Amino acid sequence: MSTATRTNTPGAGGAPEELAAVSSESLAALLVAGERPPRPGALSASVTFGWRAMLKIKHVPEQLFDVTAFPIMMVLMYTYLFGGALAGSPQEYLQRLLPGILVMSIVMITMYTGVAVNTDIDKGVFDRFRTLPIWRPSVMVGYLLGDMLRYVLGSLVILAVGLVLGFRPAGGAVGVVAGIALLIVFSFAFSWVWTMFGLLLRTEKSVMGVSMMVIFPLTFLSDIFVETSTMPGWLQAFVDNNPVTHASSSVRSFMQGQWPGAELFWTLGWSALLVAVFGPITMRLYNRR
Amino acid sequence: MSNRTGRSTGLAIETAGLVKTFGDTRAVDGVDLTVPAGTVYGVLGPNGAGKTTTVKMLATLLRPDGGEAHVFGHDVVHEADAVRGRVSLTGQYASVDEDLTGTENLVLLGRLTGHSKRASARRAAQLLEAFGLSEAASRQVKNYSGGMRRRIDIAASILNTPDLLFLDEPTTGLDPRSRNQVWDIVRAVVAQGTTVLLTTQYLDEADQLAARIAVIDQGRVIAEGTKGELKASVGAGAVHLRLRDAEQRPEAERLLRAALDAQVVLEADPLALTARIASGGESGNGGGNGLAAAEKASRALAELARAGITVDTFSLGQPSLDEVFLALTDRPAPRTDVQEDTQKEALA
Repeated sequence: MSTATRTNTPGAGGAPEELAAVSSESLAALLVAGERPPRPGALSASVTFGWRAMLKIKHVPEQLFDVTAFPIMMVLMYTYLFGGALAGSPQEYLQRLLPGILVMSIVMITMYTGVAVNTDIDKGVFDRFRTLPIWRPSVMVGYLLGDMLRYVLGSLVILAVGLVLGFRPAGGAVGVVAGIALLIVFSFAFSWVWTMFGLLLRTEKSVMGVSMMVIFPLTFLSDIFVETSTMPGWLQAFVDNNPVTHASSSVRSFMQGQWPGAELFWTLGWSALLVAVFGPITMRLYNRR
Repeated sequence: MSNRTGRSTGLAIETAGLVKTFGDTRAVDGVDLTVPAGTVYGVLGPNGAGKTTTVKMLATLLRPDGGEAHVFGHDVVHEADAVRGRVSLTGQYASVDEDLTGTENLVLLGRLTGHSKRASARRAAQLLEAFGLSEAASRQVKNYSGGMRRRIDIAASILNTPDLLFLDEPTTGLDPRSRNQVWDIVRAVVAQGTTVLLTTQYLDEADQLAARIAVIDQGRVIAEGTKGELKASVGAGAVHLRLRDAEQRPEAERLLRAALDAQVVLEADPLALTARIASGGESGNGGGNGLAAAEKASRALAELARAGITVDTFSLGQPSLDEVFLALTDRPAPRTDVQEDTQKEALA
């Protein structure tokens, strides 16, 4: 049944492609032979969607730009821009800044989750998934599983740049791994904010816009760049209760070889709260759409 | 395990007073549908008639604002998961992932419907082969042509052999050749016992594929029945004539009107006229009562010959669904180039 198939590149004004004929017999055989297996479990479905996210990274590697080039730029810029003024030398400043800039960069790239969700709705893949008899949140969890890979990649890139520039974490390998692990957990939780916006807003542009509005104040109004004690009281009140501050102090403590204590508790508490609030809202929007 | 018994018996879809409103517009305004299992059911209507909204409600993508709908006896709202286990959907909005290859898309859906990795890969390969897409299997779907896109969409939808397949305007935007190929696929699918709900704005598509047709306009079903019933409701058929001499047309019109007791339309072509013959039983008075359309037509032709009018070409056909639509809505049916072409073909 191998009719010659011409594979001319389709495009504007192209001649209709010569397609091999549809084989009714083999189609019929397939439909008859089709046994329906039991439905996949929640984990299996989520992992499958995670696999999809990996495939997308494979086919569209440009999307890794934001977890590689962007963080490198951030580290270089802030280290040399503020280092001299804030800590005497870039080298000194880097010891404080790197864990924070790590948190900032990764939290910033979480917003692409919302863009991905929105694009899928736009392209029409979403409604097919929604008609499948699977555990409903698995689509969303799949996005986040793929994103976690990106967060790990981004973290490693930043860490590598930091080490090259002279970052020497006192916590050693254990401290660094613990810090990154905590950051991944926090970012996973934080991403549910974006899945909500991805479903809520109409266009990719508006998702980006809103994300910026949320991300910039949250990441800059934190203890990432300077000590909280240098700020006016009203600002301290915000910064001290900003979940990004909790996350960055915890990650910094881990990397400096200290136990983060209450900050760790706050970070995990915020993570749980974000999932508990934005998870159900996301799923509600997902089901209702 | 899904229950396969009764795949082609009973009712696939039953809705009563289905309503969906978006803001002030009632997109679907009390739709009642009864779709027997094992057939192709056509839902015909122009853009914005409420076809897609109806399908989305039946496929559990939208929640109805009123009325109820059952798919194989399962309520689409309260037993959505049971419905999802038996239906599948192809539409402009329910597509595949453009960034992935044909194989990857099918494997993904295979895994999501519970097939093992190996079984998913095998089924993906078989489906691609059956759909003539083997050579494009490892290309990203965004590089597919329109016809290939539609094929991979349908392949994805029948991967798990659904009991009910929604095809929402499956041939919109396709060239006539690709349309015919999609029609072949639909016939093959329904031959295996899958019920198909087909929405279309192409009258000839419904005519070609569907056993029963619902005509929907402004959110309401304005007619429902077999093709024959629908056509009969507008008349028995139409006689299309083309004269040799344009000057004879007024005379021909007068004679036809008298002989057929029918409405005669003068076409844009100065040589052509069309007479719509009322169906036998309904014909009001005069000589034609109770006669078959063909007999009436041949008598009319004899009248024309007697009057010395030369008829160049002549055809007698059942009314097209186009005419059905016009008769039902008092508005012309939505037209597209593709549709016009195929309808001319049908007349030729």
